[in-house]
Amino acid sequence: MIAVLDYDAGNLTSVACAVRHLGHEPEITRDPEVVRSADRVIFPGVGAAGSSMATLEKLGLADALRDVHSAGRPILGICIGCQVVFSRSEEDGGTDCLGLLEGDAVRFSFAEGVDRKVPHMGWNEVRFGGPHAVLEGIPAGSQFYFVHSYHVVPAEPALVLGTASYGGIDFTAAVARDNLVAVQFHAEKSGPAGLKLLENFLEWSP
Amino acid sequence: MLSKRLIVCLDVRDGKVTKGVQFKGNVEVGEPVAMAEEYYRQGVDELVFYDITASAEGRPIDIEMVREVARRIFIPFSVGGGIRNLDDMRQVLLAGAEKVSVNSLAVREPEIISDGARAFGNQCIVLGMDALEVGASEKIPSGYEIVVKGGRERTGIDMLEWAKRAEELGAGEICLNSINADGTRDGYELTATRMVSRAVEIPVIASGGAGTSEHLARVLTEGEADAALIASMVHFLGFTIPGIKSDLAAEGIRVRLETGGGPTS
Repeated sequence: MIAVLDYDAGNLTSVACAVRHLGHEPEITRDPEVVRSADRVIFPGVGAAGSSMATLEKLGLADALRDVHSAGRPILGICIGCQVVFSRSEEDGGTDCLGLLEGDAVRFSFAEGVDRKVPHMGWNEVRFGGPHAVLEGIPAGSQFYFVHSYHVVPAEPALVLGTASYGGIDFTAAVARDNLVAVQFHAEKSGPAGLKLLENFLEWSP
Repeated sequence: MLSKRLIVCLDVRDGKVTKGVQFKGNVEVGEPVAMAEEYYRQGVDELVFYDITASAEGRPIDIEMVREVARRIFIPFSVGGGIRNLDDMRQVLLAGAEKVSVNSLAVREPEIISDGARAFGNQCIVLGMDALEVGASEKIPSGYEIVVKGGRERTGIDMLEWAKRAEELGAGEICLNSINADGTRDGYELTATRMVSRAVEIPVIASGGAGTSEHLARVLTEGEADAALIASMVHFLGFTIPGIKSDLAAEGIRVRLETGGGPTS
């Protein structure tokens, strides 16, 4: 069973539609026990780190995610779900996050004289660093749809799966370690390349 | 580097795209979901469904159409024209739209922008604004006045004042439609677009006047727009999304060249 986490962090319809399009029926849930029993978990969301973490803790989903993670079952974080798997976010005056990966989410900050809009919204190319099961069949140079004001800075470069550039900064757009993959872009709204990544995730046995 | 976005607007009336066309004989003329799929397949970056209900007739939004689009295309799309309140916004977003667009409703009730942004996030709220060139005056310093009802009613609000106010209220994007350029196919209103783009930090979508790829290239460079909205060029002037994008790329403009015919479809 594929669990899609529902924790009041925005719209899950798009993720559910994409999973159904790929031939699977997702279980949209906020029940920690359902999450613990899932074969794989998609952890989507838009919004702010502070309120997302507060809701995850309140619903018992934070511990459920830690359990799924240590049980070795595949987890895919998307957007805010990519940020809160790290130790900490700068957002909302500093938010302690799930700590599944070491590192921080920080707000976009450009060099002096560089004037770029925040949020970073729209299609951007992700340069993937190495082979990974979730990247199979995705053409080099593929672009993905982003909407975010914060980006993650992993403590170890080895966590970085893909980077993108904005306002003169190369930022981390995707990370992977063991059974966890997290992407800053909305794979479910990124056309065929995003669907391919989701499809790969749904078939992935880490 | 962020790409410039190409957005197709589908104007829907009574369940059909007005001025629709037939694609290669296998799609019902003007059928909105089929047209959305066709443009998705061609590699459009985003879609706008406008006036999905005739709001003047007070009918509810066609939520089933929004759901059907969400089941079949996997890029962002917004719904505008029929939004009456926060509950309409919620329904449209829960049905799978990425964004909602408000225009004259926001002129009447600006708090719909802040209420919507608080409830659903700034990135969900697109402010559509129709601007008419009236000449600079004390009351309208930018020389462009906000109009409603398809340009028939002037509001006395300055375009730049409204753009900045909308940003403060929490709009995530502005779609600027030039009433002077709309329907002319003579090109976008470059001056107004550049003025708004420089006045706000949020992305600006240029609308109205597109007739050639060159028009898009100019509004995305000289006009400093983040995205360009088109309708008739692809509905019935024979342009294709890949054709327009390769024209833009040839001008050195960064666009997304993948199409919907990729790995999974």
